[in-house]
Amino acid sequence: MTAAERVAGGGSPAVAIARRFGILVVSVAVASVVVFAFMAVLPGDPAQVALGVNATPELVERTRQEFGLDRPLVAQYLDWVGGVLTGDFGTSYVTKEAIGPQLLDRLGVTLWLVGAGMLVALLIAVPTGIVAAVRHRRPSGVVVSAASQVGVAVPAFLAAIILVQVFAVQLGWLPSGGWTPPAYDAGAWLRGLILPAVSLGLVQGAVLTRYVRSAVLDVQREDFLRTARAKGLRPYPALVRHGLRNAAVPVVTVLGVQLATLLVGAVVIERVFVLPGLGSMLLDSVAARDLLAVQGIVLVLVVGVLLVNFLVDVLYTVLDPRLRRS
Amino acid sequence: MATRRSALSALVSATVLAAPLALAGCTAGSTAMVGAGPSTLAVGLTAEPQNFDFTTTDGAAIPQALLYNVYETLVKVDSDGEITAGLAESWDVSDDRTVYDFHLREATFSNGEPFTASDVKFSIERVQQDWTISLKSGMDVVERVEVVGDHHARVVLRRPSNSWLRAMTTRIGAMFDPAGVADLANDPVGTGPYDVASRRRGDSVVLTRNAEYSTPENPRPRPGYRTVVLKYYADATALNNALLSGGIDVISGVTAPDSVPQFEADNRFRVLQGTTNGEVVLAYNNRRAPLDDVRVRKALTYAIDRKALLEAAWGGRGKLIGSMVPPTDPWFEDLSGAYPYDPDRARRLLREAGHESLRLDLRVANLPYAVSSAQVIASHLKKVGVTVDIEPLDFPAVWLQQVFTDADYDMSIVQHVEPQDITTFGDPGFYWGYDSDRVQRLLTEADTAPPREYIADMRKVARTLSDAAAANWLFLFPNIVVAKKEVRGLHANQVSESFDLTGLRRQGTS
Repeated sequence: MTAAERVAGGGSPAVAIARRFGILVVSVAVASVVVFAFMAVLPGDPAQVALGVNATPELVERTRQEFGLDRPLVAQYLDWVGGVLTGDFGTSYVTKEAIGPQLLDRLGVTLWLVGAGMLVALLIAVPTGIVAAVRHRRPSGVVVSAASQVGVAVPAFLAAIILVQVFAVQLGWLPSGGWTPPAYDAGAWLRGLILPAVSLGLVQGAVLTRYVRSAVLDVQREDFLRTARAKGLRPYPALVRHGLRNAAVPVVTVLGVQLATLLVGAVVIERVFVLPGLGSMLLDSVAARDLLAVQGIVLVLVVGVLLVNFLVDVLYTVLDPRLRRS
Repeated sequence: MATRRSALSALVSATVLAAPLALAGCTAGSTAMVGAGPSTLAVGLTAEPQNFDFTTTDGAAIPQALLYNVYETLVKVDSDGEITAGLAESWDVSDDRTVYDFHLREATFSNGEPFTASDVKFSIERVQQDWTISLKSGMDVVERVEVVGDHHARVVLRRPSNSWLRAMTTRIGAMFDPAGVADLANDPVGTGPYDVASRRRGDSVVLTRNAEYSTPENPRPRPGYRTVVLKYYADATALNNALLSGGIDVISGVTAPDSVPQFEADNRFRVLQGTTNGEVVLAYNNRRAPLDDVRVRKALTYAIDRKALLEAAWGGRGKLIGSMVPPTDPWFEDLSGAYPYDPDRARRLLREAGHESLRLDLRVANLPYAVSSAQVIASHLKKVGVTVDIEPLDFPAVWLQQVFTDADYDMSIVQHVEPQDITTFGDPGFYWGYDSDRVQRLLTEADTAPPREYIADMRKVARTLSDAAAANWLFLFPNIVVAKKEVRGLHANQVSESFDLTGLRRQGTS
């Protein structure tokens, strides 16, 4: 038994996970109230926006009643939450369609984007971070490290604009935007996904590279790695065999935070590349004061972020047995 | 080696953290799509229709996509502003100008139902009964519709109305089939050459040829493109890039004037520049002091150099106008010289009105043309001692509430795109706060007058508004269309509510 375990007083991993799940549920409940409250104070009347510039006051009032906006806020909230719990996100004021299926459709696009962005980030960060750490005293390591600093400073949308200018407008290799569903044409889908994923992943990859580098550096200073080297293992095999699992714990933490950042970054990237994801739906819905849709989208995003944090917590306990009891 | 396996699996599990979630994305491909090819045209537009029902949802986006293309009207307006035949091959007007006899052509709705005079009756009465958008008031003047024969519909007006036939060229004149209005928001049914094949929210609407449009028994000239993809780009740069990289064939209206020269310099493209119905108006709150004083309004109008403003705000593209009339309206006359730039005169007028210095708010729509115009206005007005507080408001939501509905503003800038919207100055409740008996009387007289007097009366209205400096018409928004060279049949002027696809074809085809 380690010191940490003795202090924590013991407990099974299942209990730890259950407790974290409890926190997740409470957070989601609080978030739903906050999201609803925000919408309630947003200036602009959804009925007026839906009806346009020449609507009569009587018509606006009638539409408000149709939308249910004249009822007390608490009743509106309970109605909404009750619906969401049964999977019914309501019917949009603007599109007059059920919001749930729209959300699912848009969520698909965003998840592809975030997933592909994450993949790009990891493909960049893991190898370059390890190289930068192992060679941290050599010129090549310093160059990688410096390049990652520059990458961190470039916002995703700027990367996007530059990439579009070079690869779509000048070279014409890839489309400048638009979305083709993978089921319709996988080739076109992939071509359309490359630039957005790279824009999103490049910056995150640069950030992540620095964490991978410092995590690997820390691990390299550990006694067990020195022992492994002393046994005669060369640097990379020693690291792969004894170091990576230990280095993974801090990296996974950052990865969790970054996944949330990616979701937010996707909102901007979707705009630049005209992808019909949650982000563009959010912006359009806010502009049209389609409050039910906005509430639904924000709730999904919040739940997504909370869920990622929960999964990261769970993942710790898998990676590092010492954290199971804390 | 247990350690090695776990180390790898840890990293792999980190890598795929997002991937299982991503699998959910497979659902995002249910809509049918149509492939590109020589018979397909991709048009880039900015405002996406939120649904397809323009009978209950206002805004320019739905008629832009559907009018004339999917829904047809009895009469159309051409790119010079002339009223021409649509579903009515011809029409007769009675001597007292209250009875219109429309002689209808053969046509079929996309659901297979024939178009007849009873559909005319149904459609017009439906505007009066079921439509909710305010434009429906254009149909108030109709007393009744009679079905004289299968192809002969008679419309009886309560009084003569010059504006009514013109209103019939807009969305309120669209012809519907009684069996085709069950789900207007998602499934439009019209007689037009195109039918909505699919839509992808946040991305595109796909139109394909309506099989019922032209049959051997009833041949009609078909549009040149089998399929038209209307692609929506909220971002001006993304729209330009799509054309530059070959993603689309036409930009329906350039929204970033700075980008026009790069298209003009590129021999792959053709640029057409014409007029719209969109007057960019600096509204004065006529009801609120000090702007209720005509001297103050005139002073502000003299103090703004509109030519310089157009140059700075919109790259000099656009047309200077002096009243609420675009050049394609029959009563247009050039009043743009009525208030030449004259800061001295502005200062004098302000002094006369008792204002050595003034502080006014300028609540503008947060749109590029409005915000950049506001900055120019603030700097010009500063020179005559008027301090301007610019406040960009979220458009449409917040602008509609504060400026349009509550009229809580001194000055505002927004583009008014509705055809013949000069009539808004006859409504004292409109946010201009302009209440003039003369204008109200002239507008009423004009509508019922014989055609020639109609034009003369409307000119008087336009001049009266200019004389009273009821607003400051900054410029007329340009219509800038950019297209690949091979796309033919585009028009420079945007006069109707429709982006009319019916005359477009690829070069070398007929």
